Amino acid sequence: MDPIIATFIEENIVPNFNYWIYVILMMIGLYAMITKNNLIKKLIGMAIFQTAIILFYVSVGVKDAANIPIISHHGSEHHQMTDLSSETDSTKEIHNTIDKDKYANPLPHVLMLTAIVVGVSTLGLALAISQKIYKSFGTLEEDEILNKLRPGGHD
Amino acid sequence: MKIFGLIAVLVVGALLLSATSDFPDWRDKDSPANESPVSSFYIEKTEKLTKVPNMVTAVLADYRSYDTMFETVVIFIAGIGIIAVLRNFDGPNSSSIKRENNDEGGGLLARFTCSLILPFIQIFALYVVAHGHHSPGGGFQGGVMLGASYILAALAFGLSKAKDIFSERRTMIFAAVGIFIYVGWGVLCLLFGKEFLNYEALDPILPGDAKMARSHSMLIVEIGVAFTVTAIMFSMYSNLSTRGRLSKGL
Amino acid sequence: MIWQFDIIILIFLVIAAIISLRLKDLLGASMVFGIYSFLICLLWAEMGAVDVAFTEAAVGAGVSTVIMIATVFSTKRRSKD
Repeated sequence: MDPIIATFIEENIVPNFNYWIYVILMMIGLYAMITKNNLIKKLIGMAIFQTAIILFYVSVGVKDAANIPIISHHGSEHHQMTDLSSETDSTKEIHNTIDKDKYANPLPHVLMLTAIVVGVSTLGLALAISQKIYKSFGTLEEDEILNKLRPGGHD
Repeated sequence: MKIFGLIAVLVVGALLLSATSDFPDWRDKDSPANESPVSSFYIEKTEKLTKVPNMVTAVLADYRSYDTMFETVVIFIAGIGIIAVLRNFDGPNSSSIKRENNDEGGGLLARFTCSLILPFIQIFALYVVAHGHHSPGGGFQGGVMLGASYILAALAFGLSKAKDIFSERRTMIFAAVGIFIYVGWGVLCLLFGKEFLNYEALDPILPGDAKMARSHSMLIVEIGVAFTVTAIMFSMYSNLSTRGRLSKGL
Repeated sequence: MIWQFDIIILIFLVIAAIISLRLKDLLGASMVFGIYSFLICLLWAEMGAVDVAFTEAAVGAGVSTVIMIATVFSTKRRSKD
């Protein structure tokens, strides 16, 4: 790629691209929930809406050149063992402190972990209710269900 | 209808898109969310205070354990809700009919492959549960994988065969036992004279010091979560794939 | 945290979302939704959220897709829109 284009993308597109896609996915999910006629399609739209919110949260917690939020102590332990004799207490203290810029922000990850698992249980319950609706009305299309619910409608 | 929906969506999207220019840059390590004292505390102090290197598991099962407890209850209630909505108790007694026409499940190749791969899936799921505070994983992931292994057994060998191992009664007992382990562990902390789910109270009965007590308690709590999630995932599948009759799977 | 991967996965994500909502065959829509879940799992692994990626791979791409396909099989496969 041309270096000028690459720097342009990196400076102007990349800092906001995640947020743009989160809004676009949310619009897609909301549109599907409002206008789609089929109940399963509405549920797919709901799941897309939900992942859009999760995408926003996880994007907020990303740090440049940061590691995953699991502290790797093997490396530092090994280092401490090799030159244990030459190390004073003050340098040990420096080794033990954790630089928070080195690790991604764990708080959004925790919140979204719970959101995903609750999401699948609500999805399962919604699918159960739509199966029950199919059993009662013989269709999953919203307009046909409304027709049958109307007093003049047959069945 | 469609045009109104489109207008509403476009208005909301335009407002949100105009708001994105005020957000901090992606990957910015000095943004308000990353500079907040709460997440700094979690990153810097978690390993010292709990001896757990995986911060996500530590925050999930220790600092925010009320959240996780009631989330497990939410999953349990969702499983009960599916049974309440869908379960169909009347109808032919399926178990006697099912044994005769044994045509459900996959073919020979699928059965053989699944019988080879199932033990490894289950061992890996148990590893994920048990090793969740040193590597990615934990109760939810391991529980879902264990539940998925039973779903695979139901797909390959037929639902009745999977029901022999993991009957409906046993499923719901498992789900309740998971929550009982979690809440009981919190009550045990109360009995030892500290707050509900304050794991440092359990120092006298667990090996290691008070910090290791927190680490061990996280393992117990994750096992409780895994019980509930395993049972509810399998119950969810078996009810949804048979329209609540539990007689013939996919 | 490589931004090239990020942009490519995000574009595929939008394409997968649109395809899964436009397909009239609900079985196909569920399958494409599984692809969507796997893509978003990749995206989270790329952003450093390994626990969330693991959960999404197990829950979103595994169990959600299976229960959705189970529902499609026990109801109607065709959709009007």
